[in-house]
Amino acid sequence: MHHNGVEDEEKWLAAGITGLQQNAFFMHRALDSNNLKDALKYSAQMLSELRTSRLSPQKYYELYMRAFDELRKLEIFFKEETKRGCSIVELYELVQHAGNILPRLYLLCTVGSVYIKSKEAPAKDILKDLVEMCRGIQHPLRGLFLRSYLSQVSRDKLPDLGSEYEGDAETVSDAVEFVLQNFTEMNKLWVRMQHQGPAREKEKREKERSELRDLVGKNLHVLSQIEGVDLDMYRETVLTRVLEQVVNCKDEIAQCYLMDCIIQVFPDEYHLQTLETLLGAFPQLQPSVDIKTVLSRLMDRLSNYAASSAEVLPEFFQVEAFVKLSNAIGKVIEAQDDMPVIGVVTLYSSLLTFTLQVHPDRLDFVDQILGACVTKLSGKGKLEDSKSRKQVVALLSAPLQKYNDIDIALKLSNYPHVMEYLDNGTKKEMASVIIQSIMKNKTLISNSEKVEALFELIKGLIKDLEGNLQSELDEEDFHEEQNSVARLIQMLHNDDPEEMLKIICTVKKHILAGGPKRLPFTVPPLIFNALKLIRRLQNRDENVAEEDTPATPKKIFQILNQIIEALSSVPVPEVAMRLYLQCAEAADDSDLEPVAYEFFTQAYLLYEEEISDSKAQVTAIHLIIGTLQRMHVFGVENRDTLTHKATGYSAKLLKKPDQCRAVYACSHLFWVDDQDSIKDGERVLLCLKRALRIANAAQQMANATRGSGGSVTLFIEILNKYLYFFEKGVTQITVASVQSLIELITNEMQGENATPDPTADAFFASTLRFIQFQKDKGGAVGEKYEAIKV
Amino acid sequence: MNYILGAFKPACHISITFSDGKSRKQVPLKKENGQTVMVPLFQSQENISGKISIEPVSGKKVEHNGIKVELLGQIVRELDVPGEIYERKTYPFEFSTVEMPYETYNGVNVRLRYILKVTISRGYAGSIVEYQDFVVRNYGPPPSINNSIKMEVGIEDCLHIEFEYNKSKYHLKDVIIGKIYFLLVRIKIKNMDLEIRRRESTGSGANTHVETETLAKFELMDGAPVRGESIPIRLFLSPYELTPTYRNINNKFSVKYYLNLVLVDEEDRRYFKQQEITMFRLGETS
Repeated sequence: MHHNGVEDEEKWLAAGITGLQQNAFFMHRALDSNNLKDALKYSAQMLSELRTSRLSPQKYYELYMRAFDELRKLEIFFKEETKRGCSIVELYELVQHAGNILPRLYLLCTVGSVYIKSKEAPAKDILKDLVEMCRGIQHPLRGLFLRSYLSQVSRDKLPDLGSEYEGDAETVSDAVEFVLQNFTEMNKLWVRMQHQGPAREKEKREKERSELRDLVGKNLHVLSQIEGVDLDMYRETVLTRVLEQVVNCKDEIAQCYLMDCIIQVFPDEYHLQTLETLLGAFPQLQPSVDIKTVLSRLMDRLSNYAASSAEVLPEFFQVEAFVKLSNAIGKVIEAQDDMPVIGVVTLYSSLLTFTLQVHPDRLDFVDQILGACVTKLSGKGKLEDSKSRKQVVALLSAPLQKYNDIDIALKLSNYPHVMEYLDNGTKKEMASVIIQSIMKNKTLISNSEKVEALFELIKGLIKDLEGNLQSELDEEDFHEEQNSVARLIQMLHNDDPEEMLKIICTVKKHILAGGPKRLPFTVPPLIFNALKLIRRLQNRDENVAEEDTPATPKKIFQILNQIIEALSSVPVPEVAMRLYLQCAEAADDSDLEPVAYEFFTQAYLLYEEEISDSKAQVTAIHLIIGTLQRMHVFGVENRDTLTHKATGYSAKLLKKPDQCRAVYACSHLFWVDDQDSIKDGERVLLCLKRALRIANAAQQMANATRGSGGSVTLFIEILNKYLYFFEKGVTQITVASVQSLIELITNEMQGENATPDPTADAFFASTLRFIQFQKDKGGAVGEKYEAIKV
Repeated sequence: MNYILGAFKPACHISITFSDGKSRKQVPLKKENGQTVMVPLFQSQENISGKISIEPVSGKKVEHNGIKVELLGQIVRELDVPGEIYERKTYPFEFSTVEMPYETYNGVNVRLRYILKVTISRGYAGSIVEYQDFVVRNYGPPPSINNSIKMEVGIEDCLHIEFEYNKSKYHLKDVIIGKIYFLLVRIKIKNMDLEIRRRESTGSGANTHVETETLAKFELMDGAPVRGESIPIRLFLSPYELTPTYRNINNKFSVKYYLNLVLVDEEDRRYFKQQEITMFRLGETS
């Protein structure tokens, strides 16, 4: 029987449909000829097909729908029959002569519908009779469908307020009573299905049951549609009775579905006003019921309701919704001792959403929820499954999303405690969420306490957490994370320099503890943020008594020095050096010569001791030269020392072209336009000549090693330097020296060993064009250039 | 018997008419040959009167030794002294306030009939006989005491039910209202029927013969109930051909009615409880 279950079922359904259609055909004939007796006979036979026990709910439904359509025709016939003078009361009796109960009851419901419409008897009496008589069907599937039919034909005939079937003073009660009774009976049948048939088919049965659940739930929907059900009646009768049935049926599937149904079909304001009753049912449900989902959905609904209009909020306050929900959750968690962590967190998460919506001003509630969550999580260790972790992230993210302000979260004392229960990965994830929130909302973290708290929260990103293996880290992810931290550091700001300094110190404390891998990411933004502060102080009124305040540039520079020093633990000398140079420049602006000198010293030390890669050296030396060139704070002595060193470094570069370029760059150190004290033509010329020598040597080396002349590019570059200083009026740069350099280049380019080099050709040509251009300008400049022959 | 008579081609035609024949209620009566004919309905203590016409066939004369009419088994009335009939002759008759305590009954093994028999006695040619059936039904007032039937039955640790029928005495067009309450259900019940059974016993002593017929099989419940369920009963009696309960009619026979509650389990085992009900004929209020 089981192998071909599906096929057989198809066959049985087909047979059922055939039987039904045949009898329907004869029934139609009887209807057409107004033959009541035959109509009753064939309709009963037709309905007998519904007596089958062989079909699954789905197939049975198919058969039922066909019968349903036929019954509509029969109902019309009955109605016409009464117009032709047949007494409806007699008809009501006549159909009850049928020997088989199922056809009998379908017919009775059909005639009952006409009976109510005829208004020859009060609707409530007929309905009561129908719902009572239906007790005869104790077979779950057949009973559910029969009662579903009853519900269907009666729903527009309830003696509701304002309905044409409205009865006496108790009319609404009668309507409600009828639906409640049908609901109760249907639920009982539905639950009974669970306990019938062999245990091994439990899964199949549960699937079948879930296919039928809407038949039961429909009754609740009908109840919700009864106009006359006001809050009092809902509270006193509807909810009480429905909950009574739900609790007493002791069936997991039914309880879960129906609780959700109640929540979904009845109006939110009713829920709010009956919260205590509704919530009171939860702890009485079976332990296996997924209460968290249902309860969460209730809270979600209420949250949405609260969000719908500010006008409804007073209702929430009036009924103390928060306290009730909070208590209910507590009780449920207590009652279901083995509720998984995910359940607990989901519940609190929903409550939190609710609270944020209803009591946005009550941070204490939010903190209370988090606190309750902490209590429940404590003793369970870190969260192991990803679902619960996600849920905690959602829980923690909710306040951020609501307030768009990390400030709020920072005020919640329990917030960091909840985070404690996250594993390292999730902590990091949460930290990212927090940073993103700050970025998105451009939240100002404005004092050191908050910064302290914030860094405590995001410490997953700030430092290595115990048990975190390096190998787990994806390089790219790590960079991403650290870049976001860097962005965060950039955003910290307070207008008050004192406070800003405190912030900087706080950040310093945290990032210095962050381990060498992070420093290259976190140090630079902090340095620049501090430099920003220094610039602000420079612009400030000079009269401020510097001694009283810690926030002087000098003190900040000390701190900066310490911070950069920390980088020494990481092999990133290039970065450290750049930062020293930046600081030096800032110190220059602050007129702090010793400080600037110290930074330069540090930079030089790094250059000498740490930067050994040739390429890095080239870059570094140019940075040093560039920075030094702009410094004006130095006295002659200090400057000399630094310049001397710089030229020295330049000449010691490994590759000749690099040497050459560094050396001619050094020439700028001796001639600074806006500094009268630095106009040393001799040394400019010295540098250039030295560069020429090196270029020459480079040329020869190329000849020796490759058998061909090297590029003349270096010469052209030096020529350009000559021209620059020539124009600046450095007397040591004469027309003759320029002239001879041009010739040298021309010769080189035409020499037999010359390698064709279009780039150099173009460069040279444009240099010559420049000379011509200056000549053509006329005036003082033109005059100057006139002497140079091209 | 009619056709046997017909074979002889009777010399005359006898017709029996009742004095209030036009207005008297006619009821169907099933004859032995299976045909249903409409016959007049009487009850006890009524006058049975009418006319009997004898019409000789096409001018023949019917010579006779006397003519009589009998209410069979009871009363004889002489209609004519011996003589001859040449043409249609009509005799009025009347049986006044006839005591007919027993109703017409058509059973399996027993029939109770009322017949008018007209006999034209002749010498050598044999008598000419004509019969006319009529039906007697007697109406009584509703019983003054009519208790409900309430009973708890069961099989230990298996099935306990309590059932209730609203009355113990029902008239023929009555409706049985009741309910079955399940106190304990440990068997898988498939369905439950209520049957109406008629028990006809004839003869007496060692020769008693009992015939039981199920006149109605009415499904009350489909499926397996659980403890605490209460199933309604509403059975209209009018569709069924019932008679009143007859107890020891003329020491010849009895007809009794029973309600049989039958529960069938999934293995098709039947559990039943039979209860006698009394049927009576309620005077028609018109």
